[in-house]
Parts: sequence; C-alpha cells; structure tokens
Amino acid sequence: MVVGATMVAQHVAFAIIAAIVIIGALRVVTTNNVVHAAVWLVAVLAGVGASFLLLGAEFVGVTQILVYIGAIVVLFLFGIMLTRAPVGGEVRLTARNWPVGLVVALPIAGVLAYTLIDAFGADHLPNNTRQLTSAVADSLFQTYLIPFEVVSVLLLAALIGAIVLARKD
Amino acid sequence: MLLNEFLLLGAALFSIGVYGVLARRNGVMVLMSIELILNAVNINLVAFGALHGTVAGQVFALFVITIAAAEVGVGLAIVLMLYRNRSSIDLDEIDAMRG
Repeated sequence: MVVGATMVAQHVAFAIIAAIVIIGALRVVTTNNVVHAAVWLVAVLAGVGASFLLLGAEFVGVTQILVYIGAIVVLFLFGIMLTRAPVGGEVRLTARNWPVGLVVALPIAGVLAYTLIDAFGADHLPNNTRQLTSAVADSLFQTYLIPFEVVSVLLLAALIGAIVLARKD
Repeated sequence: MLLNEFLLLGAALFSIGVYGVLARRNGVMVLMSIELILNAVNINLVAFGALHGTVAGQVFALFVITIAAAEVGVGLAIVLMLYRNRSSIDLDEIDAMRG
C-alpha cells in the first residue's frame, strides 16, 4: 500500500517535471527575447535537476543546480549583455532556414522514441535507486581518479583559452 | 518507475536541442541549445546508472557537467570575439566561407 502510494507520487512528480522541461525547452528554442530564453533555460535545468533527484542521484542533482543554474546561466546572461543583444525587445532570433531544423529534429525524435520503446519498453527501475554521495565520491576517487584529474586539466585549459580569446589586445 | 519515462524525456530534450542548434541565428542561443542536448545525455546516463545500480552513470554525468561548463566558457569567448570583429553575432551573416 505504502509502496503503491509512493509509486503514484513518483509518477505525478515525473509528469510535472517532464511538462516543465519540455515546455521550457520549447520556449528556449522558439522565444524571440534572449533574456526570456535564458530564464526558460533555468526552468529546464531545474527540471532536469529534479529528475536527477527523482532518480536518487542526489549529488548530481545538487551539482546540476549549482553549476548550471548558478554558473552557466549567469555566464549566458553575461554573453547576452556583452554582445548587446536587444535585452528588452523582441527580435527575430530564428534563422531563415528553420524548417531544415524541423526536418532534422522530428525524424530524430521519431527514430529515438521508436527505438527506445522497442528496446526498453518493459524495463522497470528498481524501487530504491538512491545512491549515496559517499559512494559517488569513492568511485570518483578510486575507479575514475585519472579521468577526474584529466578533466580538471581540461577545465584549466578551457579557462586559460577563454581568457586568451576574450581579452582585448 | 519505468526506465523509458526518463529515456523518452531525454530523447525529446535532445530533439528540441538539435532543432535549436539548426534553427537559431543568434550565437548565444545556439550555445543554449547545446546545453539542452548535454542535459538530455545526462538524464540518460543517470537513468541507466539507476537501472543497473551503479554509480558510474552519475560519475559520467558529473564529467559531462564539467565539460559543459568548459564548453560554454570557450564558446562564449568565441561568440564575444565574433561580436568584436563583426559587430554582430547573427549566424545568417557569417558566410565568409561560403563557396
């Protein structure tokens, strides 16, 4: 009984999250106001973070909120301001050849949906998928220690590259 | 919960991101669409990690988040340089390599 109620709650939560993510993503790619697009992106990223929490991935969920909403969206807003996009007004932000995008994206969506339903239609997630942050940390600093260090070097390279590219000579 | 709920959400997000990359003409908007694609990948990684009960999916999702941060930093620097050189980030106007 309790398990059943929990599952119903999970499904309801997932439906809300999925609606927020899909509507937000559609607005990100269709709105004609750049700042609105950034705000809709926040909704999408928060929804994805919530779906991580629903999957029991607490650390990734929190990291998603911190890194994406805390840092990357702010970076986007800086980019919008620095390129002097029309912050308040509406401009045409969709390219002339937007039907090409539709022609590519709709078949991708169709093929992906068909393949996923065909391949994983019956797979149920375990009832408890919660994975502790300590387990993630153990894995990160034992099995994946070298990739972790390589990623930090990559991040340093990107940092220096961004400074070199963006500074005025 | 069904695994497919998350996978289909990821697929939808991915397709919307692909449409955004192809259909937007502002450089910053294209970078935002790339973020949508990377988030779709992350949903899949975490969902499969939950299905198999391993933390590997989460670890890879963390790597993807890190690389996304690096990508946005460099990408915005490139867009900024584009703006400085051409006073516009309209991708329709950047056709210097058109044959």
